[in-house]
Amino acid sequence: MPISVTINGHAHTLDIEPDTPLLWALRDTLGLTGTKFGCGISACGACTVLVNDRAVRSCMFPISQVDGANVTTIEGLAVDGTLHPVQQAWIDQQVPQCGYCQSGMIVAVTALFKEFARPTDEDIDATITNICRCGTFVRVRRAIHAIADAGGREHA
Amino acid sequence: MRKWTRRAFIGTGTLAGGGFVLGVAGVAFSPSRHSVVADDAATTGQLTTWLLVTPDNLVTVLVPHCEMGQGSQTALAMMAAEEMEADWNLVRVKEAPATDEYANAYIARAFGGEIPARFGRAFDYGTYRVARWYGTQATGGSTAVRGTGRYGMSVAGAAAKEMLIAAAAERFGVSAGECKAASSRILHAASGRSATFGELASAAAKFSVPSNPVLKDPDTYTIRRTARQRFDIRSKVNGSAVYGIDFTLPAMLYAAVEIAPVYGGKLVSVDSTPAEAMPGVKRVVRLENAVAVVADSYWHARKAIASLKPQFDDAGHGGVSTESIFAAFDQSLGAVPDTPKNAATLVTADYRVPFLAHATMEPMVCTARVESDRAEIWAGVQDPLNARSAAAKALGMDVERVKLTNLPLGGGFGRRLPFTYDYVELGARIGKAMSPVPVKLVWSRENDIQHDYYRPAGMARFAGALDQNGMPVAARCHYAGGGDGESVFMPYAIADKRADSRDASHPIRTGAWRSVLNSQHGFFKESFIDELAHAAGKDPFLFRRDLMSDQPRFRAALEKAAAMANWSTPLPAGEGRGIAITESFGTIVAEVAHVTVSPEGGLRIRNVFAAVDCGDVVNIDTAKAQVEGGIIFGLSAALLSEITIAQGRVVEKNFRDYRMIHIADAPQIEVDFIRSDAKLGGLGEPAVPPIAPAVTNAIFAATGVRVRELPIKNHPLARRTT
Repeated sequence: MPISVTINGHAHTLDIEPDTPLLWALRDTLGLTGTKFGCGISACGACTVLVNDRAVRSCMFPISQVDGANVTTIEGLAVDGTLHPVQQAWIDQQVPQCGYCQSGMIVAVTALFKEFARPTDEDIDATITNICRCGTFVRVRRAIHAIADAGGREHA
Repeated sequence: MRKWTRRAFIGTGTLAGGGFVLGVAGVAFSPSRHSVVADDAATTGQLTTWLLVTPDNLVTVLVPHCEMGQGSQTALAMMAAEEMEADWNLVRVKEAPATDEYANAYIARAFGGEIPARFGRAFDYGTYRVARWYGTQATGGSTAVRGTGRYGMSVAGAAAKEMLIAAAAERFGVSAGECKAASSRILHAASGRSATFGELASAAAKFSVPSNPVLKDPDTYTIRRTARQRFDIRSKVNGSAVYGIDFTLPAMLYAAVEIAPVYGGKLVSVDSTPAEAMPGVKRVVRLENAVAVVADSYWHARKAIASLKPQFDDAGHGGVSTESIFAAFDQSLGAVPDTPKNAATLVTADYRVPFLAHATMEPMVCTARVESDRAEIWAGVQDPLNARSAAAKALGMDVERVKLTNLPLGGGFGRRLPFTYDYVELGARIGKAMSPVPVKLVWSRENDIQHDYYRPAGMARFAGALDQNGMPVAARCHYAGGGDGESVFMPYAIADKRADSRDASHPIRTGAWRSVLNSQHGFFKESFIDELAHAAGKDPFLFRRDLMSDQPRFRAALEKAAAMANWSTPLPAGEGRGIAITESFGTIVAEVAHVTVSPEGGLRIRNVFAAVDCGDVVNIDTAKAQVEGGIIFGLSAALLSEITIAQGRVVEKNFRDYRMIHIADAPQIEVDFIRSDAKLGGLGEPAVPPIAPAVTNAIFAATGVRVRELPIKNHPLARRTT
């Protein structure tokens, strides 16, 4: 049975097996390759997307669970060509190195700001568990604090 | 007969669009003999070159190095633009194609000694010919800036500027000496006339390439030594960057593989029927050492490969284990090294480090479209020409019939260096089996963790001697697992220093892992010098410093790191600082770690301070990022990561058992650079080696517990009650 889902504001009908992880539906069926495959076991967070504004690791999230949901991927964060404040902070602080984990990292941080208006170091440590092999953590933290200092949730 | 040629590359539009390539050979600048000019330069306007100036006044720098997050494409563009006097806002960067003209050889400069200036161009030309013949376009060894940048890009930029000035002088009817370049224009101050680079480019290209362009005085730099944003960042925050895994072709199929779990093993048999019955599956492909499922989506391929129960042989290595390898190391090291008989104090210690995986965040991927007489490959590699050769060999094709397009790498760290292209070979073979349909092979994380070219495990056995004043008179070691002159070097004035390699071979596949042999030996030697300091009853920083009177660069870096960390201020119980210093890839890095250990043994790395002498810094911001990243990368290895072997195969499977640190574990990091008169040093790797010993030395300071075996997680740290 086809699944109806809104992705980055656009309605889609997916007629693929319901156990297909959202990650592969996004990447291979819809061509939204900004969301990355890292581990396939929900350990690294490279595949993080928002499902109804909650951060979800899409590599183990079957599409049967997104029927009727709103999904936002890295491609859907910018509004009318203006980058999301988290994306802009990532440029300002030159966070990415290889960049492969950063789609998931950025989406996870947008969810962090939905949970905490001005995340503290403890909030960051408890919430952000994405792996970055290049080691950009110092700048990830700095960028989050820069957003918080600029107004936090209202800004993000 | 369809061969891929450079003309075909241009014809695909990569350099098309009215561009005119300025005749600046990227290799050697005596154009009559040494510059490499394409046969068709007159018709295409392209000479072999790194610099393209277009009528819109943009300078495009074609960089013969990959981008894997290290930022050297931007740094190399800065080096060329600096010498050209280009307006930085009018500079673009593009990765050079995987064609012979862009073979790079400056790695030889980076690792070699200083070449006398009068032989420099001949040396560069010679190594270029070798690189071209050998098919090398490598990014590794922290060489891009210190090799290609210093000896190539800077010179190319300076030569281009002289050619543009010559063109302007001719146009203005004045002498070249009256003209100068600034902000992508050539100005003639006396007459007030000026012309843009874009306006002058086609005339400039008619001049021969100067053989000896004059480089700028570093004190006049306006682009280098500043922080410039990287060109690739935006595409990496909006999801638009196309890595190897993101590349698609019309009608492309997807492949998943299972590879012989013991390296060298062969596929014995596989019943393909379970997979063939599954949705979307096109074919089960049997390969020499693997079985692949090709399907209409990666998820279908992934599900189907899991349904197979292939039988592989173990190549006779089924008895190999971590224990057997270290037992062989232990035996090969033999007795404790000899030390002077009359020493006041004798110190001995064994150290061990495990195999490590690179664990790039993007798993290995290769897309192949194989036709009867030619093939195209898309992948992310650190050496496109070597990967092209690997694909050609796997396909049994002449290398000229294989075109390889390199894509941004989701991490490299040495995993994608030359001669590590098992994934390219597998992808090519699967593509051949499915010819002419294109196939994208995507490795699972399990494939990646279990089929790496691992950082070699290693072991060292040290003995040292102190005289009655606590001064070291000997520091000797036997080591197994690999080493070289750079990695075992100790910068300390100790009369009798020796490091002897002992052979203890094993069948585990190894390779270069960020900082190569320095990660093992940095831990060994900087742990041991710390043990000598404590045995002498001396402060570990002062002990080291007082042995560096003939090593001023080491001493300055050590002192700077100590000052950054407020080394001499007292700390509460349970806290400690540790210091370590290494030189690798031409760069000296001193690091101080400040740790807290709870009474139960819980370890927290609070701060790391790094003082770095790489001679001079090109892009201050990316340079800092590489040091920060190197420290985090090294911390994962120090604290958590290990690859273990049982029955000849890798035990760890994925990120739950091959562990790396998270943001909660990451310390505050402070980085400072020391400008010295040394040759430019590398930056991608040198921050890695000191961090493990800095941390274990800090643990000792905090607890009295000496960790001699990594990772630290295996070692109980509960504080000693003294």
